[in-house]
This record gives sequence, C-alpha cells and structure tokens, in this order.
Amino acid sequence: MNAQLPDEMGHFGIWGGQFVPETLMPALKELDQAYEEACQDQGFWDEFHTLCNKYAGRPTPLYHARRLSERMGGAQILLKREDLVHTGAHKINNALGQGLLAHRMSKKRIIAETGAGQHGVATATICALLGLECIVYMGDEDIHRQSPNVFRMKLLGAEVRPVTSGSQTLKDAINEAIRDWVTNVQTTHYLIGSVVGPHPYPMLVRDCQSIIGKETREQMLSQYNRLPDYVVACVGGGSNAIGIFHPFIDDKEVKLVGVEAAGRGLKGKEHCATLSLGSDGVLHGSRSYLLQDEQGQVSPTHSISAGLDYPGVGPEHSYLKDSGRATYASTSDIDALKGFKMLCETEGIIPALESSHAVYHSTQMAKDLPADKIIVVNLSGRGDKDLDIVAEAMEIEL
Amino acid sequence: MSRIENVFADRNNKALIGYVTVGYPSIDATLEIVPALVENGCNIIELGIPFSDPLADGPIIQKSSYDALRLGITPQKCIDIAKKLRENIDVPLIFMGYYNPVLHYGIGEFCKQCAEAGIDGLIIPDLPPEEGTELENTANEHAIDLIYLLAPTSDDERIKIVANRSTGFIYLVSLTGVTGSGAELPKELEEFVTRVRQTTSKPLCVGFGITTPEQASRVAHIADGVIVGSRIIKLIEEDPSLSSVRSFVRDLRNAL
Repeated sequence: MNAQLPDEMGHFGIWGGQFVPETLMPALKELDQAYEEACQDQGFWDEFHTLCNKYAGRPTPLYHARRLSERMGGAQILLKREDLVHTGAHKINNALGQGLLAHRMSKKRIIAETGAGQHGVATATICALLGLECIVYMGDEDIHRQSPNVFRMKLLGAEVRPVTSGSQTLKDAINEAIRDWVTNVQTTHYLIGSVVGPHPYPMLVRDCQSIIGKETREQMLSQYNRLPDYVVACVGGGSNAIGIFHPFIDDKEVKLVGVEAAGRGLKGKEHCATLSLGSDGVLHGSRSYLLQDEQGQVSPTHSISAGLDYPGVGPEHSYLKDSGRATYASTSDIDALKGFKMLCETEGIIPALESSHAVYHSTQMAKDLPADKIIVVNLSGRGDKDLDIVAEAMEIEL
Repeated sequence: MSRIENVFADRNNKALIGYVTVGYPSIDATLEIVPALVENGCNIIELGIPFSDPLADGPIIQKSSYDALRLGITPQKCIDIAKKLRENIDVPLIFMGYYNPVLHYGIGEFCKQCAEAGIDGLIIPDLPPEEGTELENTANEHAIDLIYLLAPTSDDERIKIVANRSTGFIYLVSLTGVTGSGAELPKELEEFVTRVRQTTSKPLCVGFGITTPEQASRVAHIADGVIVGSRIIKLIEEDPSLSSVRSFVRDLRNAL
C-alpha cells in the first residue's frame, strides 16, 4: 500500500495514466506543472483554505446520528456533514481548488461536466466568484431529472449545454466536455468534477477533496480521542470517497468501505457497480475498472441517483480495491430510498440520493456491530435536488 | 518493403488516405465502398472500428459509429471484413480505433489477427506514446505499424518523442478540434508541418477538417499525404449510390 501514488506518469499500479488525444497532452503537462508549482506555494493553499472556511463554510461538523444509531441497535453512526457546505455538496471543495488553479494559469474560460448537477452548480459558483466564463455540459436526460440545479447554474451565470449523444448522461457529458477542450484547449481549463480522467486530475481532485478526510480525522481525535473503525462513502466516479478515505490510508485499523449503486440489482444490467462487476478498461483518459460488454463497448448504466450513474470509476479506487485497502459494496435504488427516508425521519436530515446509498449500507453494517464501534459516513450532499425523483419513486404527486 | 513504405517510396506521389467506418451504413456497403475509393484514387484506406465513446470525433463520425454499433459491428467483424477486402485490394489497410476495444480484445491476439487479415497499421487516437509501449512492441512484432499523432499544440519535445516512435508515417492533426470540424484549415498549418519536418524524415500525413480538393491541394504542397474522413462519410450518407463519393475522391486525386 502506497499513499504516495500516483507515480510521475499518473499511474496507481497498472491503473490511471493519460489516454487522451495528442492535442491534450501538452495541456495536461501544463496543468501538472502549474499544480506542482501551486503545491510549493503556501499562498495558494492559504487562499484555498481561507475560501473553504470563509466562503464555503468549512470545517463541516462531524455529527453523531444518535437516533439513527439507536434504531439500528448496533454501532455508532457519525455523519461527516458535507451537505452543509456552500452549494450543498462536497463538490465545492474541488471546484474551489481547481478554480484557483485555473485563475493562476490565466485561463478565463471554464468547462465542466455534470451528472446530478452538484458539480455544475459548484463550478458555476466558483466561476461567478472568480469572474470566469462557465460552460457546463449535461446529459439531456439528467437535465430533466435535475431541473432545479439547471436553473441554479443559469442563475449563477453559467451556460448549460445539453448533450444529446449516446445515453445522454454523465458519461456523454464528459465526452462532449473533452471534445470542447480539444477544440479550445489554449484558452480553456476543463474543471473535472471527480477523481476520474487523465493524470493529473485523479490526483488533483483527490488532493482538493482530502480536506474532508483531514477534518474528519482531526475531529475524531479531538471529539472521541480515537480513530473510527469504518469510513463509508458512496462511489460513482469516487471523489467524495477518495476525499474522506485518503487521509486514513496509513491508518491500517480504519476500514474503508465504498458503496456503489446497484440500481435495479446486480443480476441484470441496470446498475453502475463498476468495482463490483467491471473489468480492466480505458475510458475518459484513464485505465480503471469499467462496465463494458464482451466487445469492449462501454455499457449503459442505471441508478436512481444521477451522480452515481457512470460506467467508470477513479483509478485510485481500482488500486485500493486490488490492494485490499478498501472494500466495495453496493446499494440498490430501493434500499437507497430506505436510507434516504430513515435519515429524514430519525435525524431531520434530507440527504442526497447519492449519499443515501452510503447511509443505507452503514445502517446494515451497524446492525451487526457492537455499540462501541464507530462508523463514519460521508454525507456528501443534501437532498433538495432529489425531491421530485423521490416523490415519483414513492408515487406521491407534488 | 512494407505496403506503407511502398506508398511513400516516391515522395512526389502524394498519398490519398480515405477513411470509412466499418459497417456503415452496412457490411455490404463497406465491401463496395472501399474498392470504389481505391479505384478512384485512394492509395491507403483507414478502416474505423466503431466505439461507443468516440471522443476525438465530431458529429458525422460519431453518428456513423453509433449506427454501425447498432448493426452489431464488433472488432472481430472489422477484422473479418478487412480480411475479405484484402483478397482484392493491394493498398495498405489501416485500422483506426479507440484503445478500449483493442485492450479488451487482448493486445497480442488483436495484433496477430490483424496481421493475418492483412492489416498494415493501427491509428489509436487516445493512445499517446507514453501509454503505447505494449501495443507498439506487439504490433511491430507482427510487422504492423503503430502510427502516432501530432497536433498543433505539440511542442518540440513531443514532436521528437512521436517522430521517434511512430512507424509507417506520422498523422498530423491539422487543427485543435475533433474530426470533421472547421470550415477552413488554420493559417498556421504550413508552419506546423515545417516544424515537424525539421525533426524527422518520416512521411507526414495531414488529416482533420479536409473537405475540398482545394484544401487537399494546399496540404499536398507541404505534406506527403492527405487524410479525408468525415466528408466521405457524409457523401455516403447523402448518396448511397456512391457516385458522389467516387467523383469527390477523383477530384481530390486530381488536385494532389
């Protein structure tokens, strides 16, 4: 197990790398160098932390979900409240970091892709804050599933471009964003929203999101004088999971559990449990586990949560899976809704459907564990954006 | 001498490289279109292996890939079709495809099957030399060229790397963009080709966004070959009788 990865070429073992058209290779090198310089510059991180604190509202609380824990009758469940950060999800951490980096690189035009819309909103927010032009690619199907976030992005001054190719979801939005980047690479920074894509993105996004795990670790030590037994997070591309996992990598006693979306069940094809059922592949610039058919074509996926509806996964997760440092489970649409409802009823917190996958899985873990064990769940976002979908699933008319 | 070397043996004879997506609009059509391209002046054929996520391609080739996939075209079928084409065609056949289907097929087996089918080269737009070592070595063992790409954004250091590693020829992407984009070729094209020429004596072929005989002629003045893709696909779509595409290729050939 090596917490110092990736190597210089962006590899985590056999995973990761840079599988992109030649046109983008110089831009990746430029980004890598700019990031390396920024890393040496205390001023950059000071600005990042100041904005995280004064603008985004960090640190977020680590909250003991007492009634939820009691209902399960086992281990204690603690929630890392990323839902309370500005814009309502952890995505802002990465958008802030990359926005500052783009500013440093004098890139005035920002493009991004979004699935659930949370990353699009976070990017639009940072662009408004820093005075940058913002274009967000979003699958046509996702535009319909997450219309409140589309409106938010527009209010924040972003242009939302519908993507009608392929499955019209996150995967296709990334294809389209990459095509835009290939075309406008000299003026544009591609602000990727997850720990996916070519090097240095998986590292860069991880480093920005690691603020979640660093805070969690400090809060555990100051509030409980110990580390947690388990850290649980949902995994689509995997940025909130890497963010909370990474600072615990060297703490061998802390078990790391990623939760993928099992959609309508792992037996059929309507899921996006990439690490559970995928195989070696290359998509969107990096090598990682991938859901694909027997011909190497990327599979269509399904999840009730747009943010997890992605056939790939960040390369570092593939490495953590192979090395055994993290394990990966999955939660179905129906169970995610149960998790959603349970958290509403026991704690007065409406979670994002993405996070609900991790919440449900943690409750199932908690049941079978003694009361002195601690499970930290990354509550990566709030659920306001999902009310229409939940109402529809519950057959309630709003 | 390989078939590709043969094409570039006399640099005064410019190469005309025509691209088709295999299986678009049907397998029978591919078997008819490729000989038609050769008869009318193409001396290298690029056969596109369709992929679900063609991120270097513009809307025209995206759609042809999508349609071909819906018809059930697989990498295996592409190899079978190439084999069949090879029975009657002497010009180099090059596969253009994304890396994932090749990786999934198995690099060793893919190269072996390609060699048996009479494939002369591979163009993998999402595989830069940094990630290409395994495929490059295996392809070369089977006497298949791995043709790398350069773009206007490539600096001198990258030009050196690609020039050193690419075999057969070097694919110069004319513009920063996807296939089929741009009404005009960039004014910096000559400077770009000259920059690469200073580093290497390998043949240079230019593609992306070439849609007219005039543009082909401009490119032929500076490069060793002209690559045309989206325009051919568009003409096949508009005129399934193939008479438009035949006369277009003839016009291109006459302009070189």
